[in-house]
Amino acid sequence: MVDEVIRADGLTKVFNKSLVAVDHISFSVKRGEIFGFLGPNGAGKTTTIKMLTTVLRPTEGRAFVMGYDIVKQASSVRKVIGVVPQEYTADEDLTGYENIMLCAALYGIPRDVARKRALELFDLVELTRFKDKRVETYSGGMRRRLELACGLINRPKIFFLDEPTLGLDVQTRVAIWDYIRRLKDEYDITIFMTTHYMEEADALCDRIAIIDYGKIVALDSPSNLKNTLGGDIITLAIKENIDVTEIIRSVENVKDVKYDGRVYRIKAESGEITAPLIIEALRRKGYTVTKLFLSKPTLDEVYLEYTGRSMRDTEESMESFIRHRITMRRARAR
Amino acid sequence: MSTLEESSPSLVRGLLALTARELKKWLKDPVMLVMFILQPLIWMGFLGKSININALFSQHNISVPDLIPIPGSYLVPPLQGIVYVNGTLLQQFFSNVGSEVMRSTFGVADYFSYMAIGMISMIIVMTSTFSGVSIVWDRRLGFLDKVLSTPVPRTAIIFSKILNAILRAMFQSTVILMLAYILGLQLSPSFTLINILGVYAAISLVSIGLSSIFLAFSIRSTRMERPMQFISLITMPLMFASNTFFPINLMPGWLQIVVRANPLTYLTDAIRQLTIMQPNPLALAVDFIYLTAFAAILATVGIILSWKYLTE
Repeated sequence: MVDEVIRADGLTKVFNKSLVAVDHISFSVKRGEIFGFLGPNGAGKTTTIKMLTTVLRPTEGRAFVMGYDIVKQASSVRKVIGVVPQEYTADEDLTGYENIMLCAALYGIPRDVARKRALELFDLVELTRFKDKRVETYSGGMRRRLELACGLINRPKIFFLDEPTLGLDVQTRVAIWDYIRRLKDEYDITIFMTTHYMEEADALCDRIAIIDYGKIVALDSPSNLKNTLGGDIITLAIKENIDVTEIIRSVENVKDVKYDGRVYRIKAESGEITAPLIIEALRRKGYTVTKLFLSKPTLDEVYLEYTGRSMRDTEESMESFIRHRITMRRARAR
Repeated sequence: MSTLEESSPSLVRGLLALTARELKKWLKDPVMLVMFILQPLIWMGFLGKSININALFSQHNISVPDLIPIPGSYLVPPLQGIVYVNGTLLQQFFSNVGSEVMRSTFGVADYFSYMAIGMISMIIVMTSTFSGVSIVWDRRLGFLDKVLSTPVPRTAIIFSKILNAILRAMFQSTVILMLAYILGLQLSPSFTLINILGVYAAISLVSIGLSSIFLAFSIRSTRMERPMQFISLITMPLMFASNTFFPINLMPGWLQIVVRANPLTYLTDAIRQLTIMQPNPLALAVDFIYLTAFAAILATVGIILSWKYLTE
């Protein structure tokens, strides 16, 4: 169990006997890494975190956290993990300090130890000045920092972060990434996080599992995932309503062409050189290129490649919608 | 590596921390606090004072001429013809009969005292429903899931909701009792401060029973509609089909059966005996036995159901 702090074997969760939220996923998380689940809302990210943090019982499969079975040794698991749910769970009517001491009490941490740790954590997330203010008065970023501090009060070995920057503006998001890295270094913890922000996964995670419809469709480091795309992406459209896939395919350096009836997605090495060649080839056959877009691979493309659609068009249940709304509202407080 | 040894999650610590959280929230919201007390106060003040049953029999209500004839045969048999009675005397007579009727019907001479105690029962029902409402909020805000991911004993979560209901019920009924006293509630001569402990005991028993069952019913739901519906379905009948507003023995037979099964009837009776009436030890014992049984059964069912859900 030295290097493998989380292991999941065929972990599955079925709601109401029919809705498969998580579908036989297997993976392992290494000590000291930041492991990310990337996927749209409703892909099964939160359900996976809830199973690993013992809040939900898996329908099938097993998982171990720090070597403890999440079902049979749930209370041992709970002692070694820290959890920051995607919702803002700190009590608005209480002060930051009261909130963190409440967390400490739930873990049964002796009061004097808790007090010392709380002050240290407030210092780390730079909330010391506000610790005796009601959470109601906190901004979204401050609330998120408070949640991070609460999650670390029991000195966990593994820190679970569910959508740590949901609803925050760009600057605040970047600042939160900073705090996460700082806390990780300070406390030598392993982080398991979920996100549906590509740039967040790219910036923070050592390894990413792309999850879609409850299944892991790809798992690797961000740079390896991008490399699997095999080069740059050229997106183009032509004036004529004719399939010219074969013409494009014959151009040198073009590796793959996909036509969705509207635009061509072309995978090619050295896109900036290949693109003019494609335009030229098409022009020679009498076709006119109306639009062209060249992009270096990002996780967006990786995601598109593996799931066949972009992250935006997904539906979610009423309950998670309500939760999102509440979270968003609090994130934007002040 | 001292994490495991240092933290020893305990039921008592968790229970106190979770209870303190809710009490703090509650006390930091003075508006809600006032609203909660205002409602029974309005009922007590308007309904209790408007249904002025005493006045039915009072002198002012009956306008009699100075002298009214009474057919002789209704008086002493040998007298014949018409006898005149002094109207003032008759008014006094009616008034005396009124007090007697009040006393034999309600057990006290004024309806306001009777009704005010009923209001305490009402506020206890409303307070108990809060256990259900608050667990739904905890779930919706993600707080419940966060607590469930900590090693705190699951029973601490359940007990904190029940303990909260008890403490609130005690606090609010104390306030109501004091306000009622200011508004003219007549304590019985046998009332002592020790009786208050009995009142608290009765209140606790009902709070335990009701809040456990409200909790069990709400703990699965993620929306507020379900507990709300359940609450409104259950609270009104609980109040009307009881001795909150009116004594049992004047109700139709079938209703009496319902009323005698209603724990509020026993609660209200116990509090009335301990405050505004001369206590009847036997009746009081029956009240407490029934309330204890009620609390024990509902709490067992409620706690087991809630616990099962939290740990499944």
